[in-house]
Amino acid sequence: MTTTHPTMAQIERYAAGDPGLDEPSVWAIEVHLEDCNDCRARLAGGTTVETRALIERVAMNLDREIAAVPVSAGHSRSWSLLRHRWFVGTLLPWLAMTAAVLASAALLGELWDGQQWLVLLVAPLAPLPGVAVSWHRRADPAWELIAATPAAGLTTLLRRTAAVLAFVIPALALTGARSGASLALMLLPCLAFTAATLLLGTLVGVRRAAIGLIAIWSLVVIAPSVAAARVPVVLETETAGVWALATVLLTVMAVFRVDGFRRISQYD
Amino acid sequence: MRAVSAAETAATTHPWAVHAEGLQVRAGRHLAVNGLDLTLPTGVHGLLGPNGAGKTTLMRSLATVLTPAGGRLTLLGRSVDNRSDLRPVRRTLGYLPQQFGFYPRFTVREFVGYMAWLKEMPKAGIPAAVQRSIDRVGLTAKADARLKTLSGGMLRRAGIAQAIVNDPQLLLLDEPTVGLDPEQRLDFRELLRDLGTDSCVLVSTHLVEDVVAACTDVIVLDEGRLVWQGTPEGLTTQGDQGDAGDSPAERGYSAVLRRHRAGVAR
Repeated sequence: MTTTHPTMAQIERYAAGDPGLDEPSVWAIEVHLEDCNDCRARLAGGTTVETRALIERVAMNLDREIAAVPVSAGHSRSWSLLRHRWFVGTLLPWLAMTAAVLASAALLGELWDGQQWLVLLVAPLAPLPGVAVSWHRRADPAWELIAATPAAGLTTLLRRTAAVLAFVIPALALTGARSGASLALMLLPCLAFTAATLLLGTLVGVRRAAIGLIAIWSLVVIAPSVAAARVPVVLETETAGVWALATVLLTVMAVFRVDGFRRISQYD
Repeated sequence: MRAVSAAETAATTHPWAVHAEGLQVRAGRHLAVNGLDLTLPTGVHGLLGPNGAGKTTLMRSLATVLTPAGGRLTLLGRSVDNRSDLRPVRRTLGYLPQQFGFYPRFTVREFVGYMAWLKEMPKAGIPAAVQRSIDRVGLTAKADARLKTLSGGMLRRAGIAQAIVNDPQLLLLDEPTVGLDPEQRLDFRELLRDLGTDSCVLVSTHLVEDVVAACTDVIVLDEGRLVWQGTPEGLTTQGDQGDAGDSPAERGYSAVLRRHRAGVAR
């Protein structure tokens, strides 16, 4: 196939925006220029002295601005990469809120006639706000990009849930130790609720599951217990074994629902 | 993250990369794609359509971000209804969304590397693949600059770099030339032609001239339906001087939409 290059006169008329050059010719020249390096070079060479001076001025200014920008150190930001692989920065406010709620419950328990079990009531819910936002479009700026990768769903959710638990479990252990609450009853319901959130999340979305569990626990357990000023039956010492069993069962069921996580993005 | 063997990530040949029959996809409560029949083989396909035509919703469903509400959708020989097939499809997918979110403190290299890791690329090959994709979009000099310091056009190119880092068999680019200057657009068209030689590239854009210059196939969507599909040359012959547009292709595009809306088959 032979290629017909536009003449220099045509290129000059094109560059000058000559209204006498009919539209099909302008179109043909434009399409040809996109594919032909030689003609692009001829077009560049065919510009006026004023245009060339303007281009040089712009190029000089650009070079100056580029030189003024500090060159990145280029050092390894392995910590930054690791941090983003495990959780997103937007989890931080939720984790801070969780810590504040736990501290408030512990403080309130101490001030309120030594009712140390108050902190036990909120412990199961402690990881849920963090888990709820760990895989949500509003919490992660790159959510849509990640949703189209094989890591979307369970992989990302579990990784970020683990990051939330890595923060919440020591916080609970610390609060429990200070308030004298049973460590098993601080941690096991928290793990059971996390597993339940993940399991329900495959059906209705993690955020809705977390909100639902928080609402149910608050209405069914927290409110009556605070009103009656006594430890709820479900958090008495002998229930630790039941919580351990529930945690294992819910985790196993969540594992069996693993395929449900692949489309988890549709709920968020 | 589990290790992925080379066999799992190796390119597989399919007669068509995208095959949709009566596809329906919702955007909220609205059925944005409604009964779409579409087949896309290897090559560069330009997706045109007015605002609200369903282009972005279609792109999101092809990227497996949205679940079809009805019809059948097969990507790279695998049905997206089958959840266990999603993972292998996503490994060979490249996607640049219209709303391109990123982590501002990441460098271009970290960002593209992170996406390569999420795409479960073999770990040993990631650094070289990252460098190659950054070079291909012309961001070599900015590879170690943080994303928050980049201009809009550079960010868009970083987005394209992450989309192509895994040498995808199906590449979906939603408004990729937004923010690119004319020279970058020319380079981008060259990149598209290159990518389209052995993979299926679908580019959604408002710029008819980009489609004509870089695509082998044009798809016009309106009200969630396919209203025209053909070559760029074919599109230029659809219009006449009376149609809106500055070029034969734009006039052809206007004519296709006008005829569809008037219910007239040409």
